[in-house]
Amino acid sequence: MKILVCISQTPDTTAKIKFNAEQTQLDANGVQFIMNPYDEWYALVRAIELKEQLGGEVTVIHVGTVANDPTIRKALAIGADNAVRVDSEASSSLFTAKQIAAYAKGENFDIVFFGKETIDYNGSEVPAMVSELLDLPYISYGTEMTVAGNIATISRDIEGGKETVELATPFVISAAKGMAEQRIPNMKGIMMSKTKPIKVVPATANVNTSNIVKYEYPAEKKGCKMISADNIDELVSLLHNEAKVI
Amino acid sequence: MSVLVFAESLTGSIKKVAQEAVAYGYQAAKAMGTECFALTIGKAEGAAELGKIGATKVYNVAASNDFDAQVYASIIAQAAEQLGASLIVFAHSSSGKSLAGRLAARFDGGLASAVISLPTVSGSNIVVRKSVFSGKAFANYELSGAKNVVTIAANTFRPEAVAADAIVETLSISANAGRVKVKSVNTVTGVVPLPEADMVVSAGRGMKGPENWGIVEELATVLGATTACSRPVADVHWRPHHEHVGQTGVAIRPTLYIAIGISGAIQHLAGVNQSKVIVVINNDPEAPFFKAADYGIVGDLFDVVPKMTEAIRKLKAQN
Repeated sequence: MKILVCISQTPDTTAKIKFNAEQTQLDANGVQFIMNPYDEWYALVRAIELKEQLGGEVTVIHVGTVANDPTIRKALAIGADNAVRVDSEASSSLFTAKQIAAYAKGENFDIVFFGKETIDYNGSEVPAMVSELLDLPYISYGTEMTVAGNIATISRDIEGGKETVELATPFVISAAKGMAEQRIPNMKGIMMSKTKPIKVVPATANVNTSNIVKYEYPAEKKGCKMISADNIDELVSLLHNEAKVI
Repeated sequence: MSVLVFAESLTGSIKKVAQEAVAYGYQAAKAMGTECFALTIGKAEGAAELGKIGATKVYNVAASNDFDAQVYASIIAQAAEQLGASLIVFAHSSSGKSLAGRLAARFDGGLASAVISLPTVSGSNIVVRKSVFSGKAFANYELSGAKNVVTIAANTFRPEAVAADAIVETLSISANAGRVKVKSVNTVTGVVPLPEADMVVSAGRGMKGPENWGIVEELATVLGATTACSRPVADVHWRPHHEHVGQTGVAIRPTLYIAIGISGAIQHLAGVNQSKVIVVINNDPEAPFFKAADYGIVGDLFDVVPKMTEAIRKLKAQN
C-alpha cells in the first residue's frame, strides 16, 4: 500500500491571532506553528497503521518554505517513511492543491490522505481539489476505515449521522475524529527522523483566483449579562424581548 | 452569465441548507445583475418550491441519490457550462464541501468556503467574507476566476418567498458510473441535524452522568432545539459521537446556543463561537465560557434547567 499524507502547518489552537497594520497579512510574531492537528492525529496516524498492517510506505508532502521543516520532521518522527516539500508559500488552496497533484500524478499512490480541514482557514478545500485534479473518488470526513485487498470500507460523518461506503483504491480521503488516535513520537522515531531526507521540489503550476484582500477582527462581545439563578423568568424574558431568539 | 445553485437532496428531498443556498443565490444574482438557477440531482422532493425563494429556473438531472463527489462534480460542471454560470453556490455541508473544491479545480475558479456575506461586485471579480482561525477573525476573499465557487455557512441566509413555484425542467446530462458504493446511511430522524439547527441545547460533564440527560432533552423539546454535547461527554459515550460540537466535532452557528455544565475550553468555543446568542449555565462563576456568553446564570443546573423549561413552556403558552 503506497500512501501519501498531505500535511499543513497552522497556528496553534491557543495562538492569539493578529494581523499587520493594513490587516492584509497574519502577523506571525510570537505565533507557535504546529502540524495541522487533523492531518497529524487522524490522517498520518491512520496511514502509518495501514502500512504496519498491510506493508508499503507512507510519504508526507507539505507545501511550504524551509522554515517549516520542523513540522515535516515531526511527521517523520511519528512514522512516515519519506518526505517531500514543495518549496513555496502555500498561497491559496488551489495553488497548494496543484502542487500536491503535480507530485502525486506520476507516483500512483493507492490512498491520498488529508485531515478533515485545517484549523486556520477551516475550508476543507484542498482534498476535494486534489481529487478532481487527479480524477479520483473523494470521501470526506472519514471516521473509520478498513482495507481488505484493494477494497476500502469507510464510514464518514454526514449531517446528523453517518454514511458507510465501499470503494477500490486509488482514492482521496479526508480524516476526522475516530479515524485514529494521536501518537506521540518516541525517541527512536525522533532520532530516525533526523537522518531521513526531505526531498525538496520546486513549485510548478501557478494560479491566482482566490486572494484575501483584508482581514477583520470580530466585534468585541458586549459582555455577559448575569442573571440570578432565582430569577429564571427574567432570563426567558430577555431571550424573548431583548435577544428575540425565542 | 448566471448564478447556479446546487440544491442537494441526498435523502430524496430538498434540504434546509439547500433552500438557504438558493436564497443566497437569489440575492447574489441580484447583486451581480443576473439570474439564479437551481440544479437538483436525482430524486428531489420540493424542487419546484425553489422557484418561490428565488430560482428563476429549476433543473433536474436524472442520476442516483447515492452521493459520489466525482460523479456529482462532473454533472454540476456540465450544467455550469450549459447554463453559463459565473458563480456556483453550494451549502457548506458534507456534500457541498466535497464538491466545491472539485468545481474550483476544474474551472481554475476562485473558492471561498462557509461564506457569511453576499458578494460585493468589484469589476469582474466578487468579494465575500468568511470566518477564519476558528472564529478568531474574518477574511474578505476576492474571487477572480471566470467561474467562481462559494459554499454558504448554515443558518445565515433565510429563504423568503419572492416569486411562485417553478416548473422543474429536465437537463439532459449523462452521468458516468461512480466508483463509490453507498452501503448505508444512518441519520437521526425527527430532529433537525446539528449543523442545520437554529437552536441548540448542549450539555457537558456538569451533568454527572448520561442518566441525567432527561432535563436537557426536555428543554430542547420545548424550544424545538437539537441536543449537543461537549467532547469529554462524547468520549466517554454518554452521548453519541454526532452530537459532539467543538473543534474536533461539529462546528455550528445557530441563533441560540445554550451551554449547560460546559466550562468552555478554547477547543469547544472554536466550534460554537459563531452562534448569535450564547447562554451559559454553570455552577462555577470562573468558568471561561462566561467570557464568550451573552447571558449567564451561576447556579445548580439540576435546579436551573427544569425551571427554565417551565418558564419557556409558560411563555410559549402565552404567545
